[in-house]
Amino acid sequence: MSTNSAINVDKLNVSFGDSHVVKDLSFAVEPGESYGIVGESGSGKSTVLRVLAGLNRDWSGEVDILGKRQPKIRDKAFYRAVQMVFQDPYGSLHPKKTVDDTLAEPLAIHGIRDAETKISRALQDVGLPASFRFRYPHQLSGGQRQRVAIARALVLEPTILLLDEPTSALDVSIQAEVLNLLQALRHERKLTYILVSHDLAVVGHMCERLLVMQFGRGVEEMTAATLAARAPQTAYAQQLLTASEGFRRAG
Amino acid sequence: MADAPLLTLDDLRVDFHTPTGIVNAVRGLSFTLGRERLGIVGESGSGKSMTGRAILDLIPHPGVVTAKRMEFRGKDLTTMDKASRRKLRGRHISMVMQDPKFSLNPVQTVGDQIAEAYRVHHKASARQAKERSLSMLEAVQIREPGRVYDLYPHEVSGGMGQRVMIAMMLIAEPEILIADEPTSALDVTVQLQVLKILDDLVTSRGMGLIFISHDLHLVKSFCDRVIVMYGGKAMETLPASELDRAQHPYTRGLLGCLPDLDHPREKLATLNRDPAWLA
Repeated sequence: MSTNSAINVDKLNVSFGDSHVVKDLSFAVEPGESYGIVGESGSGKSTVLRVLAGLNRDWSGEVDILGKRQPKIRDKAFYRAVQMVFQDPYGSLHPKKTVDDTLAEPLAIHGIRDAETKISRALQDVGLPASFRFRYPHQLSGGQRQRVAIARALVLEPTILLLDEPTSALDVSIQAEVLNLLQALRHERKLTYILVSHDLAVVGHMCERLLVMQFGRGVEEMTAATLAARAPQTAYAQQLLTASEGFRRAG
Repeated sequence: MADAPLLTLDDLRVDFHTPTGIVNAVRGLSFTLGRERLGIVGESGSGKSMTGRAILDLIPHPGVVTAKRMEFRGKDLTTMDKASRRKLRGRHISMVMQDPKFSLNPVQTVGDQIAEAYRVHHKASARQAKERSLSMLEAVQIREPGRVYDLYPHEVSGGMGQRVMIAMMLIAEPEILIADEPTSALDVTVQLQVLKILDDLVTSRGMGLIFISHDLHLVKSFCDRVIVMYGGKAMETLPASELDRAQHPYTRGLLGCLPDLDHPREKLATLNRDPAWLA
């Protein structure tokens, strides 16, 4: 946990008006690591991700990403290195833009040449046939859309991917495909992930370490092994784990 | 009469006649429901919600429901007229929807909505209906029924909204409750509280429950019996406790896709769909 962390967050605080949604949160993510953040709705997990992505500019504390102290407003170089995949592929893709438009835009913004090959490579990387390039989002299934969203994030060749519930809008069989894709991409490209999810099994599968959040605070940080052994230290983490195992009929 | 099934379905079909052809949402589903918790699981598009809606006669145009047999306590639903079906709906068979945010009337207090549900089906004064509603709110474990009665839907949390919906659906004392993903919009800890309430009420009133869900773990732990649906057909029906020992490749495939804390794997299994399942 030193200066060479990919992401280092120190005493992060976020308020929306009177409600203090992230409170003194600190954590560090090593390069190449996959780090999970879990919690129930309103725990502040997505807000943390939005601060890291530069989408929320109202925060205090210190955020270092790839060795650089981050200002509230990020520069272009930041967005080449850090990209985000959102929860709902039905909402995150522009309905009137083709897959090609969606993938070409980040390249145009960053003045990257050779969009042609980059786009076809990005589609290939996420396992979509080249013929999908000129389709509109409504011509794609949920899983295919999420692949497009991942391709859009990857087309700039970032080193950090911020994943906000990337599979919770998908059926389990499609979820398995998308999670496998994310795992393979991470190993191939040595990516660093932060995965926000309410699903402990998904986080246990994808991440080496995870942070449990409640009411804007980090309750407990643990390894995936601790999670698998059902051995969290805090009562809340234990409660969350028990609840995720399904219904238990008393007596 | 106690052992006679509440509901019998034989060869239920739901077809949508669209300009581009007929879409078969449910293709030949048969089952009987007793006083039990019957789970219907499947992925999106499997026809599980359409099955629930077909039983209630809530399939929108251009959908057409047909069945060789569809009986509620011996009454033939296939030949029953719309008005009689409507009388059955809510009073004898009712349904809890997925998301209270979209299913409650936003401009009426939750208490008035529950009272209205009661008065539609029972002769009662406004005052009696209010009393019933308050005791129903208590039954779904809302702490201050008097205060909550006067709240509007946007003033209650998701878990509370879902309990309000359950109160509204159970106040008419139906024999069958269809719950379509009743807890999918809720956090896990709240989900369990809501399920507990649903379970207690269904058991104590001897109702039949059809629990529609995409969550295999939840259905396994909550229901007595499970129908696994795919592409509008039942792939298999089995006791919930035996779901882990399912035989059908689709059920096995679905279970294999789920990440599991106890059996970590580098790569998750993916599902190979066999066209023969739909033959």
